[in-house]
Amino acid sequence: MKLAYWMYAGPAHIGTLRIASSFKNVHAIMHAPLGDDYFNVMRSMLERERNFTPVTTSVVDRNVLARGSQEKVVDNITRKDAEERPDLIVLTPTCTSSILQEDLHNFVERAQLEAKGDVMLADVNHYRFNELQAADRTLQQIVQYYIEKARKKGELPEGKTEKPSVNIIGSSTLGFHNQHDCTELKRLMADLGIEVNTVIPDGASVHQLKKMPRAWFNLVPYRELGLMAARYLEEQFGTPYVDITPMGVVETARCIRKIQQVINAQGANVDYEEYINEQTLYVSQAAWFSRSIDCQNLTGKKAVVFGDNTHAAAMTKILAREMGIHVVWAGTYCKYDADWFREQVSEYCDEVLITEDHGAIGDAIARVEPSAIFGTQMERHVGKRLDIPCGVIAAPIHIQNFPIGYKPFMGYEGTNQIADLVYNSFTLGMEDHLLEIFGGHDTKEVITKGISADSDLAWAKDAQAELNKIPGFVRGKVKRNTEKFARERNVSVITVEVMYAAKESVGA
Amino acid sequence: MTIAQPEALTFDCETGNYHTFCPISCVAWLYQKIEDSFFLVIGTKTCGYFLQNAMGVMIFAEPRYAMAELEEGDISAQLNDYDELKRLCLQIKRDRNPSVIVWIGTCTTEIIKMDLEGLAPKLEGEIGIPIVVARANGLDYAFTQGEDTVLAAMATRCPDKAPVAETEKNERNAISKLLNFGKKKEEVVKEESEYVDHPPLVLFGSLPDPVVTQLTLELKKQGIKVSGWLPAKRFTELPTLEEGYYVAGVNPFLSRTATTLMRRRKCKLIGAPFPIGLDGTRAWIEKICSVFGITPKGLDEREAQIWEGLEEYVKLIRGKSVFFMGDNLLEVSLARFLVRCGMTVHEIGIPYMDKRYQAAELALLEKTCQEMGAPMPKIVEKPDNYNQVQRIYELKPDLVITGMAHANPLEARGINTKWSVEFTFAQIHGFTNARDILELVTRPLRRNNNLKDLGWDKLVKEEAKI
Repeated sequence: MKLAYWMYAGPAHIGTLRIASSFKNVHAIMHAPLGDDYFNVMRSMLERERNFTPVTTSVVDRNVLARGSQEKVVDNITRKDAEERPDLIVLTPTCTSSILQEDLHNFVERAQLEAKGDVMLADVNHYRFNELQAADRTLQQIVQYYIEKARKKGELPEGKTEKPSVNIIGSSTLGFHNQHDCTELKRLMADLGIEVNTVIPDGASVHQLKKMPRAWFNLVPYRELGLMAARYLEEQFGTPYVDITPMGVVETARCIRKIQQVINAQGANVDYEEYINEQTLYVSQAAWFSRSIDCQNLTGKKAVVFGDNTHAAAMTKILAREMGIHVVWAGTYCKYDADWFREQVSEYCDEVLITEDHGAIGDAIARVEPSAIFGTQMERHVGKRLDIPCGVIAAPIHIQNFPIGYKPFMGYEGTNQIADLVYNSFTLGMEDHLLEIFGGHDTKEVITKGISADSDLAWAKDAQAELNKIPGFVRGKVKRNTEKFARERNVSVITVEVMYAAKESVGA
Repeated sequence: MTIAQPEALTFDCETGNYHTFCPISCVAWLYQKIEDSFFLVIGTKTCGYFLQNAMGVMIFAEPRYAMAELEEGDISAQLNDYDELKRLCLQIKRDRNPSVIVWIGTCTTEIIKMDLEGLAPKLEGEIGIPIVVARANGLDYAFTQGEDTVLAAMATRCPDKAPVAETEKNERNAISKLLNFGKKKEEVVKEESEYVDHPPLVLFGSLPDPVVTQLTLELKKQGIKVSGWLPAKRFTELPTLEEGYYVAGVNPFLSRTATTLMRRRKCKLIGAPFPIGLDGTRAWIEKICSVFGITPKGLDEREAQIWEGLEEYVKLIRGKSVFFMGDNLLEVSLARFLVRCGMTVHEIGIPYMDKRYQAAELALLEKTCQEMGAPMPKIVEKPDNYNQVQRIYELKPDLVITGMAHANPLEARGINTKWSVEFTFAQIHGFTNARDILELVTRPLRRNNNLKDLGWDKLVKEEAKI
């Protein structure tokens, strides 16, 4: 058992449901107790979805506990098959129902005899995998199912498309800015003269999956979702994949160069250097932004980064490499894929943090007192408490992270959006600073920066007032350094004099 | 031509394929209500994910609840439950020092048959903090019934003897202490005489403190003294329950608590409609008065006066129809009030219907329908959401009260919805809060009145029917 009240990645079945509900005309049936269908609420609220979420529950109740599901699951599958005629029904166990150890495979086989659509069991261990791993696995499972089905029927298309083409793999419901990213990637492919063969899973029909082998290569923009499917296609058809996330100017260029190499190896003859150059220097604003005097002001400012592998790694590189910001630490909650993250960011930050414990993250933020945080909604709240601005770059996210306006993180427009996000986070801090210097805000009472530590030192009234005059984002540091100074000299009450002495001595 | 109408309420039961919150959500409001408590939900990541998302921003306010997240070793019994729970509870004691730890049993603890009720007394003795066990799981219960399981468990912890010492009495009875604060003894005696001499009355159901005060004062006007409230603001202030005390529920989902109070604490239950809506509040007060042989006074004027103030809301919904999909057990009471406001109710979906505990409420609903000339609604227990949506398409109600899973899709199809969970968290009890109920009910109608000329009713393309 472990004590927890916040988790970064959800339980496995959420991943499976995200995949199932991304496809068109695929229905998921959860084998779960009443109340576990909270996924529907999230999809309906966060994505403001107009359609009913294609997820229903075959309810596990006391009777099921006593006698087993018996006909119930099979009946629910065939009923849904008749009601909505989905192409595929995915039976999804949950943590709870997986302990029952019912033979769900058998239910699926029996239901398949009657159902017109296909029926499949999501094959995920709920105690070993989280949402992201489960999503990756389920996507691969569905792709494999339809490839094998087409192969059996002799319906697999022969050969590749005439022109270079791509499958974009990994855009899904409830993914962070996925829809915008997907649009931007399609635009990028159009610019490069590459046909988009399929986009999966978001908005795809399962009937399109057999077309996948026709693509010249697969593009997997997100580290967490799609790699298993891409590897499966590589192993089956020798289709190469590009897994460089085109986020940030440098990485987008790297991704495009890799695409060039991959398609030229198959007989295309393309040179994207000029396109990259044109975009970087004149079209995207991000490169110019890093050169402008605005960005100069950010030089050496401290930031911390936390999120999933894809976004935290890309942000760290952008901040350090493209904007000259000092990333004190970068972290991920994708513990299962920690080595990749370490390898990606090690040279761009002082320290790498791998944890799923939000408390440890909060403390690490309080400890280094950055000028800005780039993290999830949890880090945003830590930032609020510590008075540090935060840009949200990864799930878990709230409804405000599903903007209606066009806000990709990927491609060249993505670099513009990220530049805005970074700049706005820091200027907010600067504005705050200026306002406080000129007395624009009430002097604040709260001075502790740490989440927990209460100081044992007394501050004289005048010193306290003086401390309050110090701008919010450095106040904690001044306080800490002054107290350290006082402690070392056995001063019990901190006066203005002590403060200045500390400043002279340690630069507090 | 008059359409033949059923003369009595009809009851139906469907498949139970409906959307509702998991009952563990009760920790969200109970930890705030019982200030010195700590709620430990013993379950899996699924439970944690639900709480984290359902409670939105509350999660960031360092809540006094946590998950004891079961891992593979716990499921396969490689780890010892007792040792694991002891470790976590000691950590909670060290960090938060609560007066009570409430263990919320979940589906998983049921399935692996973790003997929480057996472990609790042993651990309680060892760590010195009361441990209350409530099995609020999705196998047996829906949403608000979670509170019922917690309060039923708490009911067994209420002291069974009224404390004798005066000082202690003051501590126990927060309300009288508040009212008597700073007064001399003679004045207190005078104060006491404002009440009619009646056997002690304890109310049960968790309500926000302002509502507790409102209802307490409402009864005081009739000379009825509320001796205590289950739950109180603090676990250490749980009310005394002696044999023969009277108890009354304030919420329709508290049937287990009522049963526990009657059977195990030998209390007498006053079966009344619930104080939701003007009519409900009035009927609730009248029933309590009648049990104590008191003639209620001033209710006519009070009710009439408030109705008058509500007219601007009532005229928006009069003659309109409403459909309850059902998810929080408040449905019957709300439907009854809306019928009184002049609405027609097509269907009352409800997770679970205790006809005995809700008897008075059902009778009032029936009477209200007769008096208002409204058709008797059909009460559908354990509804089937898919079937309900088909019925909604046919009936085209003016308003559907539903969970969030269905609200946006229905709105996109031109059907007005009100999100049902808000009724659980808003203040809806007593005379004072009838306005809040109508504020909620009319909001979608007022919004859509503002937008009605835009022609944007249906925002999905007709689906091809196969």
